[in-house]
Amino acid sequence: MNRDSNGYTFGFAAAMVLVVASVLAFTASSLKDLQGENVRKEKMQNILSTIGIETDRDGAEVLFNQYITEQLALKNDGSVDEQVNAFSDVKLAFELKKEASQQRFPLYVANVEAAQYYIIPLRGSGLWDAIWGYIALDQDKNTIVGAVFDHKGETAGLGAEITQQWFMNRFVGEKIFDTTGALVGIAVSKTNNDPNDIDKDDHEVDAISGATITGDGVSAMIVERLQHYLPYLKAEPAKLAYNN
Amino acid sequence: MSQPKATKKPAIFFVAKEREPLFSKKNRGLLKDPLDDNNPITVQVLGICSALAITVQLKPAVVMTLSVIAVMAASNVIVSLLRNAIPNRIRIIVQLVVVASMVILVDQVLRAYAYDVSKQLSIFIGLIITNCIVMGRLEAFALGNGVWKSFLDGVGNAAGYGFMLILVAFFRELLGSGKLYGYQVIPDALYEMGYENNGLMLLSPMALITLGLIIWVQRARNRKLIEKN
Repeated sequence: MNRDSNGYTFGFAAAMVLVVASVLAFTASSLKDLQGENVRKEKMQNILSTIGIETDRDGAEVLFNQYITEQLALKNDGSVDEQVNAFSDVKLAFELKKEASQQRFPLYVANVEAAQYYIIPLRGSGLWDAIWGYIALDQDKNTIVGAVFDHKGETAGLGAEITQQWFMNRFVGEKIFDTTGALVGIAVSKTNNDPNDIDKDDHEVDAISGATITGDGVSAMIVERLQHYLPYLKAEPAKLAYNN
Repeated sequence: MSQPKATKKPAIFFVAKEREPLFSKKNRGLLKDPLDDNNPITVQVLGICSALAITVQLKPAVVMTLSVIAVMAASNVIVSLLRNAIPNRIRIIVQLVVVASMVILVDQVLRAYAYDVSKQLSIFIGLIITNCIVMGRLEAFALGNGVWKSFLDGVGNAAGYGFMLILVAFFRELLGSGKLYGYQVIPDALYEMGYENNGLMLLSPMALITLGLIIWVQRARNRKLIEKN
């Protein structure tokens, strides 16, 4: 057979595309359940770790059901949309593309040994791709008790360091509202002159050198996401503690 | 410089000769040469791009090495099997498709069965497709050689690539973060005496400089590599 004829070339290309496509489609769909399960459990694991409950992926589901007492999908005005399941129905990647009034804002309420925490999912952009995370607020709906960050493709050793425990720990104790009650969020700052984050009233954490854009992404993501929760967080102002 | 013994016109030589032992001297050479004499990174200067990107820490470098070994061995074997059927005019496209599907397979399997590892590597897995070494070996070797030889050549070159990756990552992680494989190795006492991690080691330029130093050492040690002119 003439391997250089046009017919052979086209035939070969067509056959190759068919074979490759079916092999890949078969693999992807047969592994889909396993992969989805990994992602789901990791999400539970991340949510739990913001309130200081460390677990492996397999143990996450039991503990999640035990500690997370409410899973709310909030509307723009702070009311709860009962039709929507915050954990499984709301995908922030898609929500972010909608108008704020159309979005649903997931919020998890955790009860651990009589203490109540509010966990808010975050999503924004870093240098290369999406970054996301969870931030847990204390009962005063102001003080951060824990934060978890993750990313799709930040530079290893630089931007990817936002997933390190020492970076996430810097957020603990910081407050998202200033003394007047205005939302300021937490800035990842290169100039805060507080490398050990001892000052918990400055609304700033120390940045990672070489990861400016990822750090700015984290700051922007926190403010952008939290502002949508203001109607809910401010719903009972009597409980809020601004005296930081 | 000793180029790999690639014969561009295959097939005709595929006549039944006396059987060669599986690990004959020549076959062992296919495995061994890329580690030193004909290292894809330091001698052929291929795959530099990824050598700069993923050598900040040891762990991604090790996992990347394993993935590249798997992808290169598998795609070398597949292209070698098909070498008499691949139309010459679209051979590069065919190679690309083979490599890309291998990479996607590896990625999918890791995501299902080794989720943490796949998170570690994230974009780098996809970058295997663009690794010049993979395509280079397909074009220069697998298209003209038998299955077993192509397999050895794939494993050898991927190992040679990985060896350099790990070597560079070793120095960068040690000097840049004071850690190895994520564990701190430089004692706290040293930091208290005023020792500082060198942040420059974490940036790409130092990967290139480290690689340059490694090439220097290798050439000083291995006389075969010194060009005469």
